[in-house]
Amino acid sequence: MPSLIAKTPLEGTWPVTHGGLTLAEVELTRVTSVSAPKVGRDLAAGLKALGVSFPKPNQFTGFDAVRMVWTSMDQAFMIGGDPSGLSGAVMTDQSDGWACLRLEGAGADQALMRLVPLDLRRDAFPPGAAARAPLNHMQMILMRLEPDCFELLVFRSMARTAWHEIEEAMKSLAARAGLV
Amino acid sequence: MRIEGKGLIDRDSRVGFRFDGRDYMGFKGDTLASALLANGVRLVGRSFKYHRPRGILTAGSEEPNALVEILEDGQQTPNTRATVQEIFDGLQAKSQNRWPSVRFDALAINDLAAPFLSAGFYYKTFMWPRAFWEKLYEPAIRRAAGLGSLSGRHDEAVYEKAFAFCDLLVIGSGPAGLMAALTAGRAGADVILADEDARMGGRLLAETGTVGGQHGPDWVEEVLGELRAMPNVRLMTRTTVTGVHDDGTYAALERVGLHVAPRPNLPRECFWRIVARQAVLASGALERPIAFPSNDRPGIMMAGAVRAYLNRWGVAPGKRVTLFANTDAARATARDLMAAGVKVAAIIDPRPDASTVEDCPVYAGAQVIDTAGRLGLSRITIAHRGSEFRIETDCLAMSGGWNPTVHLTCHKGGRPVWNEALAAFVPAPGAVAGLIPAGSANGAMSTAACLREGRDAALSALAALDRSAPDVPLPEAEDDTYGIAPLWHVPGKGGMWKRQWLDFANDVTVKDVKLAAQENYASVEHMKRYTTQGMAPDQGKNSNVAALAVLADATGRGIPETGTTTFRPPFAPVSVAAMGAGGRGKGFAPQRFLTSHEASLERGAPMIEAGMWYRPSYFPRPGEATWREACDREVAMVRHAVGICDVSTLGKIDIQGRDAARFLDFVYTNTFSTLPVGRVRYGLMLREDGHVMDDGTTARLGETHFLMTTTTAAAGQVMRHLDFVRQAYCAGWDVHCLSVTENWAQFAVAGPKARALLNSVLDAPVDPEAFPFMACGPVRVHGVDARLFRISFSGEEGYEIAVPARYGEALFRDLLARAETMGGGPYGMEALNVLRLEKGFITHAEIHGRVTAFDIGMERMISPKKDCIGKAAAQRPGLMGPEREQLVGLKPTLPDQMLTAGAHLFTPGEEVCRASDQGYVTSVGPSATLGHWIGLAFLKNGRARNGEMVRVVDHLRKIDILAEVCDPVFHDPEGRKLRA
Repeated sequence: MPSLIAKTPLEGTWPVTHGGLTLAEVELTRVTSVSAPKVGRDLAAGLKALGVSFPKPNQFTGFDAVRMVWTSMDQAFMIGGDPSGLSGAVMTDQSDGWACLRLEGAGADQALMRLVPLDLRRDAFPPGAAARAPLNHMQMILMRLEPDCFELLVFRSMARTAWHEIEEAMKSLAARAGLV
Repeated sequence: MRIEGKGLIDRDSRVGFRFDGRDYMGFKGDTLASALLANGVRLVGRSFKYHRPRGILTAGSEEPNALVEILEDGQQTPNTRATVQEIFDGLQAKSQNRWPSVRFDALAINDLAAPFLSAGFYYKTFMWPRAFWEKLYEPAIRRAAGLGSLSGRHDEAVYEKAFAFCDLLVIGSGPAGLMAALTAGRAGADVILADEDARMGGRLLAETGTVGGQHGPDWVEEVLGELRAMPNVRLMTRTTVTGVHDDGTYAALERVGLHVAPRPNLPRECFWRIVARQAVLASGALERPIAFPSNDRPGIMMAGAVRAYLNRWGVAPGKRVTLFANTDAARATARDLMAAGVKVAAIIDPRPDASTVEDCPVYAGAQVIDTAGRLGLSRITIAHRGSEFRIETDCLAMSGGWNPTVHLTCHKGGRPVWNEALAAFVPAPGAVAGLIPAGSANGAMSTAACLREGRDAALSALAALDRSAPDVPLPEAEDDTYGIAPLWHVPGKGGMWKRQWLDFANDVTVKDVKLAAQENYASVEHMKRYTTQGMAPDQGKNSNVAALAVLADATGRGIPETGTTTFRPPFAPVSVAAMGAGGRGKGFAPQRFLTSHEASLERGAPMIEAGMWYRPSYFPRPGEATWREACDREVAMVRHAVGICDVSTLGKIDIQGRDAARFLDFVYTNTFSTLPVGRVRYGLMLREDGHVMDDGTTARLGETHFLMTTTTAAAGQVMRHLDFVRQAYCAGWDVHCLSVTENWAQFAVAGPKARALLNSVLDAPVDPEAFPFMACGPVRVHGVDARLFRISFSGEEGYEIAVPARYGEALFRDLLARAETMGGGPYGMEALNVLRLEKGFITHAEIHGRVTAFDIGMERMISPKKDCIGKAAAQRPGLMGPEREQLVGLKPTLPDQMLTAGAHLFTPGEEVCRASDQGYVTSVGPSATLGHWIGLAFLKNGRARNGEMVRVVDHLRKIDILAEVCDPVFHDPEGRKLRA
């Protein structure tokens, strides 16, 4: 048992709600990058055993327990699963490099479109869609879980800036309510 | 004067506001302009150059005169158009560019000096003496001429940026825009309808005509009701589309909170980037003034604006109104006024054959040749059939016809084309791909034509979007003739006091344009710059066509041959605060925090920014007054006990695959395939041009697994470089690169007691025999799997221990506590810099992009046995040899003398000038170990000049000293300590 105390990237930050939107940190247990120029039989079988498959570009597979999200050419991040049973791919532990934030509520896409230059209309970016895109000036991996629920990964060191900027967008959106 | 029963204002909601220190009342729905007119305020500002009294000219965003300052909470926003600003309870505004008051402005003296202030006067007048320009002339001109002023404080209000996407963007919500949005909306397309006005409807709100048998505004409400109910339609009021950019991207500025009292978090403005597959330009048309003598008095307004104030805001801008217009359409102004019970004293129509059948005196073939009234119009003089006579009037409505609002069609280089029948420029066909002009913007001058063009434009857009077209019937509407006969200016007897104003905003007259032509500024672009016509905040919206018509006349050319200046973005002024929303102060860039951040702050460490990372500069202890004291102590602490430093900011790149070693051999100058597992090697990386890109250490964690470290500053650049090399040059190789910088918290533990400290936390102690200098391997610290590297950037026995970042803070605090018990502690960037300087280790202060491996004395690191990126280029002539500036050490001749980075080196006795420059200082620091300042520098043929004296001159800091050239390694040159 480690005797060092572990901290999440946004330890001490509580979920905030502005208008109908809630922003919260999601604790990442295990994140593994899986790189494979070709998804061979071994890798496919290993992923299948975890309930996921290698995602196509700009998509993710799986959901809560194990998720595979496309991150770049020949590469995906496995979120939540134990990679020890996988073979046929190069893997790197990424569990501590990223902070995960969840933005939920009606109009979550509108808040994100203050910061993300992507078309997040539901048809263009439906549940199951993923993208590597800038969040203002930051790197981000964005996933739409449900029509009004997004999760996004940002660099651990920038988590506080990401939190601040998303919260500002939520606040200014909420302040518009009732404006005639 | 308010007219009972007229207007679309909410008469149940009274609104109190303040203008120039006086309280007024208006109604909800009023603009500042309509409310001031309703209160009988005609004089609202002073002109730019001559400080002429000016009133409200228009009812839209093109307003050139009525620019005011809005005051709130110590802030003031200048140049706000009173015609755009809506009133709200507590609004405070004041007139600008006047002193002491708008009624008595001392700088109106400029007007008396007008004979000397003609176009180009400053080019002619203030040429001599030359030195006076900056010190005297320019400040005086800037004081006398100008717009509003700022508070001088930072604008700390909230602004916003946002993105939007749609199938069809409809710009403007008049009859054409509404029909376009309705047609596309019914077809199921994603539509954004944007209008700069607070209320949608465009000219239909300002006219009395009917659409589909209904009162215009009622039809507008009905259509808006249907559009609001469509989930695929988004209505954006107060949103001005300001620019057309690449690939269907439109910039737009939304006034979010400027029409209400400030509230927390409510943005003042939002700067939108709207990406539209198709767009319809239904921006309408702008009415143009006629340049007759003294046409700038308060009370002289655009005829369409007078109509708008009457019909939309229920305000009669005068009690005895006269109309001077050259179209049939403008007669509506007189008719609407009379129907509302306002006296119309006369219609002056310059067309000799114009109809005279109206319920008021009509003078066909007549012109206004003079006006009177110092602070507001009181009388006009008319020339009619050879005689001249005067009419008492307090409001003259003028119209010289309408100019289609073509601005956005010019943003991609399109030039509008002249339409003789309309006497106006219309959009060039296909000027912007995917942008379809419709309605008045396209030259349609009746409501019926606008409705039709709007619908047809939407149908074209739907076809381009591969959507089937719905059946949208056209409502019946007015389809009257426009009947224009161009009249640009009324020739007067001339004289300085009967100037015919073209550009109200910049005080440009007909005479100025003629003078430009006379002085051979005959091209429209030259005329514009010579006279400054069209260069004010309204960007020539009111004056452009008339000015070039006068120029055409003066140069004996037609208008099409003269051509027009075109328009760039933005269509209307955009505040920089909106474009840079969120970027003020710390919003400029992300802040990157180390896991040790809180612990460092608790110890009072000031932070410095490096590659967006916040790194502790030093850790002050009680009694230490300066950074220098802390730095000296921290250096000594590392040299004699043990120091801890968070080095997590260094880039870490995980490289795996069967070809990983081969790949490293290719990107590094030296060889990595021979590196044994469990060992670390220093590597140097070149760019393709042979110059040094970065340096760092790479560890071999397994046969096919390496971990590269980069400098903090170049972490992103190196990652990008590796990705490029892998994809472009090494396709098919089995090599995978991925950044793990953020995944690991890494701490340097350095000093004679480093090993003892480490052994107190490691599950299994380090054996110096098994773990020599440049060894690496897995360890466990407090039960956590970690990585240990025996490397040193300080010259002491040094280790770097890396744990998963979640444990970073806990390990840092633990290491500090132990170090302090052992007489050590944390050290910051200042001490780190001194420690590495004492060892002659380089950073990006040295490898700044213009140096080669030869320059830093590492040319032998370019392996002769293999190829690498940059190898061939590094051997080019001129990149090696005595002519190069080479890395050397410097020490001042007197021990208390300070060296400064950026200082230049000269040979003593030679002239200190650019031609004799011998090099420059890159890094300096106070060496606590040696007791004097030391520095690294690049010196011409430096390695051969060891022991020579150089003159170190810092022109900026006024330092001029002598220093001795020495080896860059000052401390423990044999490296015995780090190998201990």
